[in-house]
Amino acid sequence: MPEVYARLEDVTVRYGAKVVMQNLSLDIVDGAITCIIGLSGAGKSTILRLLNGLKKPDVGSVFVKGRDITRLRERELIDIRRKIGFSFQFAALFDSLSIGENVALPLREHTKLPDAEIRALVTQTLEGVGLAHVEERFPSELSGGMIKRAGFARAVITNPECVLYDEPTTGLDPIITHVLTDTIKKLREKLGGTAVVVSHDLESIFMMADYVAMLFEGAIIAYGTVEELQRSINPIVQQFLQGSEVGPIPI
Amino acid sequence: MNVLEEVGRDTVGLFTYAGGVANLIAESATFIGRLRIRVRETVDQAFLLGVQSGIIVLLTSLFTGFVFSLESAVQAVQFGVGNLVGGAVAVSTARELGPMLTAVVVAGRAGAAIAAEFGSMVVTEQIEALQSLGLSPIRMLVVPRLLALVVMLPILTVFADIVSVIGGMFIAHSSAAISYESFIDSVRSGLPFSDVTKGLVKAAVFAVIIVSIGSYQGLSTRGGAAGVGKATTGAVVTSIILIFIFNFALSFIFFRNNA
Repeated sequence: MPEVYARLEDVTVRYGAKVVMQNLSLDIVDGAITCIIGLSGAGKSTILRLLNGLKKPDVGSVFVKGRDITRLRERELIDIRRKIGFSFQFAALFDSLSIGENVALPLREHTKLPDAEIRALVTQTLEGVGLAHVEERFPSELSGGMIKRAGFARAVITNPECVLYDEPTTGLDPIITHVLTDTIKKLREKLGGTAVVVSHDLESIFMMADYVAMLFEGAIIAYGTVEELQRSINPIVQQFLQGSEVGPIPI
Repeated sequence: MNVLEEVGRDTVGLFTYAGGVANLIAESATFIGRLRIRVRETVDQAFLLGVQSGIIVLLTSLFTGFVFSLESAVQAVQFGVGNLVGGAVAVSTARELGPMLTAVVVAGRAGAAIAAEFGSMVVTEQIEALQSLGLSPIRMLVVPRLLALVVMLPILTVFADIVSVIGGMFIAHSSAAISYESFIDSVRSGLPFSDVTKGLVKAAVFAVIIVSIGSYQGLSTRGGAAGVGKATTGAVVTSIILIFIFNFALSFIFFRNNA
């Protein structure tokens, strides 16, 4: 039985009158890449926000390493968040800071490392995601793929136990998609931690996922390895994997 | 919709807003009390919010001093009390016009800038990014602006007071032939120093209003560009209304016995 890093237990989330999740439960296996797939607006990104306490469920619990983070106060959540990197869909880099300053920020605020060491770590981490000599440039001066990679670098520079990736390859060309998928795999191998990836990009999911969970109408309707998911007899899963218009998923 | 339901919703909204702003101020005060201050960012903000508002504050004060003196000097001379004009201009400027006009101008400029910046950061997920890095947006963003403006608004007010009185003196001289010496003597004898310091206390309170309302509106932004626009407008309107209300309350406390 694999060890569990985080667990959503009977979670219900509402946005106003809309119920996004209803009694949803999901285990995130320690040391594995878990990918979450599902239709747009299904609540996949909300799962990532639940896992680092950015969002509290209306009902249910979220456990990270056995600790229920829904009961923690904002100040206590800071310790949890420092151990969980978050790569946002549009990178969410601070546009008033250079790329180097963006990536260095968590180190400057959370450690007492000397400036020279921080600069060296920033350069090393940026090179690790395939970005060299961009420290002085600003987010507005980079391409979409470069911005995503800079976001990866900021998320992993503190060597977190777990990294959450929100749509890491959406809207990028196939070559950059391949590079980023490879980067996520390499980072996981280097950090030796857990990763949770929310994506629509089935090809990259099949390349990197250890486990896949499919979210549909507020519940996890399928969970397993890539092979298990591909063999699923659930017509919703099959329609989604085949990208077919015909099937039980309403369009 | 039921009228009672609407009133109830608005009341809850008002208390939620007031509670949110109070909470933001309390959290900022906690960080300041624990000396968790980003000094470089605070200095940068002092320049952006304070120094860069200087020209517009000085221009506004200069012309206010002109108008105030223009309206009062000629009549004062006609009634034979031209020697009191300097004191009247100085007292009203130090107590009321200086702090309030400076605050209103800065609310329009800096309050709007804070709300727009934070609102844009919300819609581009930069606020969530800060939180996900284990960093408090209050400490990182609000505290530097709060400290910067609490220091800079009284300083701007001092300059506004001086420029306004000088403007008044110039107009009193040119329109009502009140000599500079007479005007300055009147300022010296008519303006207690405590009025100046009380005016500066007002300015510090207005600074807290401008930053806390701008920050709260910005951080509460929902929606895209329209949401940012709404937050910005809301910040300026609410700040200005609160500046007027608090100005009355503080004047009542400070000056009711020697009005």
